[in-house]
Amino acid sequence: MDELLYFLQQTINGLTIGSTYALIAIGYTMVYGIIGMINFAHGEIYMIGTYIAFIVITGLAMMGIDNTLFLIVAALLVSMIVASAHGFAVERVAYRPVRGSKRLIALISAIGMSIFLQNYMRLAQGSRDKAIPNLLPGGWEFGGKGFVVNLSYMQVIIFVVTLLSMGALALFISRSRLGRACRACSQDRGMANLLGINTDLVISMTFVIGAALAAVAGLLLGMYYGVVNPYIGFLAGLKAFTAAVLGGIGSIPGAMLGGLILGIAEALTGGYLSSEYKDVVAFGLLILILLFRPWGILGKPEVEKI
Amino acid sequence: MAESELLSVRDLSMRFGGLLAVDQVNMDVRSGEVVSLIGPNGAGKTTVFNCISGFYRPTSGEVVFKGRPMQRLPGFKIARAGMVRTFQNVRLFKEMTVIENLLVAQHMQTERNLLKGLLLTKGYRRREQEVMERAAHWLERVGLIDFANREAGNLAYGQQRRLEIARCMVTQPRLLMLDEPAAGLNPNETRDLNQMIVRLKQEEGITVLLIEHDMSLVMDISDRIYVVNQGKPLADGTPQEIRCNPEVIKAYLGEE
Repeated sequence: MDELLYFLQQTINGLTIGSTYALIAIGYTMVYGIIGMINFAHGEIYMIGTYIAFIVITGLAMMGIDNTLFLIVAALLVSMIVASAHGFAVERVAYRPVRGSKRLIALISAIGMSIFLQNYMRLAQGSRDKAIPNLLPGGWEFGGKGFVVNLSYMQVIIFVVTLLSMGALALFISRSRLGRACRACSQDRGMANLLGINTDLVISMTFVIGAALAAVAGLLLGMYYGVVNPYIGFLAGLKAFTAAVLGGIGSIPGAMLGGLILGIAEALTGGYLSSEYKDVVAFGLLILILLFRPWGILGKPEVEKI
Repeated sequence: MAESELLSVRDLSMRFGGLLAVDQVNMDVRSGEVVSLIGPNGAGKTTVFNCISGFYRPTSGEVVFKGRPMQRLPGFKIARAGMVRTFQNVRLFKEMTVIENLLVAQHMQTERNLLKGLLLTKGYRRREQEVMERAAHWLERVGLIDFANREAGNLAYGQQRRLEIARCMVTQPRLLMLDEPAAGLNPNETRDLNQMIVRLKQEEGITVLLIEHDMSLVMDISDRIYVVNQGKPLADGTPQEIRCNPEVIKAYLGEE
């Protein structure tokens, strides 16, 4: 019984982390789907989102506001808006001017942007850890005499917000006029343009959506872990990238699935082996998938376009 | 420039590195005409199309459509001006359904205001209705109404070709540019295509600019023909004139 409960606990922890990976991974996968580049600055957008959430929460708390719901909603909205503005600006400044050139050039531009954003936040906020208050302490406990399973309110919030965000995105992509244009662009950008779709606008929108979702993940993970520093974007970005590749880069359901699988794999490694092996397993998975199924779980093998 | 000229191409040139793919091409297309652009393989016909439709930015020269210069505009603005094209190879959105292909092509006509869309205002619903009806109308006309919810990539080749024309037509263009629409079609399908173009011209008053290798089709439906060879304009005139032009015969058949 205890064995089972322990497993359940690890799975819950894995799903929590995994759903935030999935949120970040969507930003990678959507951008890749449309312009075929890896936006390596995306992890930094997530980091900026976390900082903004931290600033809003502490700022409002200092003004004496202590309504939890209000604090969370305000932090969510402001960090989504600010992160979106960053996502938009990064595309305009660093990617659009080099879009016509070779892939490697865009990649280097992305890495440069990532270093720039990291240091810009370091200058603005300092490089020490900042504590984000957990606005929703506590949770439910259940289980037998031996092992007790903890399901914190925060974990529930993470599931719910992630599910809502993904549901909204899925609806947007499948039903709305812009979502339709977005799918058309990911299939044939040149043709979409010649049918009257402003493809530059669609690309900008992709960056904005990805950044907004990364900011959601930033707020949630920031409150869950309780700390933020300018370097968190690097690892989170790499993990989310792994999740996107695992699920099949370019595929939105793939990013969701990849995130969850990666989160669970990490949690189980931490629970049964040692938490020091978490990253080894995560990136080991990346290597395996690249070796044996480079198009990912839900992706399609790429046909070389001439 | 005469009043009735819909499209006018002046001294159009396109250079790729050391290769001058299009060299000083001039063309005029009048409203309501079917004009063909022909020439041997590699003559630069498709490059001319690419420059006119905004897929490439020409090295020099002018493209004037409805009296407005087009050569510096991005492709989507050219399309919105009323000029839309197909490619030699089928370029449908293969993973979208047939009807979605026609809806996405009407992107510019659909409601832009997200708020109105969310509130489902009357104007929004009316416009969505129009878009849907236009899509259905064209599916009917090209005989694909029964396949509306099929994935476009799963259609037969001839059907995909027809869907491409329907997708162009829902954008309500003034000028339809078809790049080898008969390529890969069997004689029956080619005859259907021939009739469809004639009907589009008569019933919709559409102007057609055509690249085609099927000479019987070209000679049959064209009002005028332009011939290019090795990027340079070679001749232009009515089908009768072109057929008898010794330069053209030489370019196609080689010298005796």
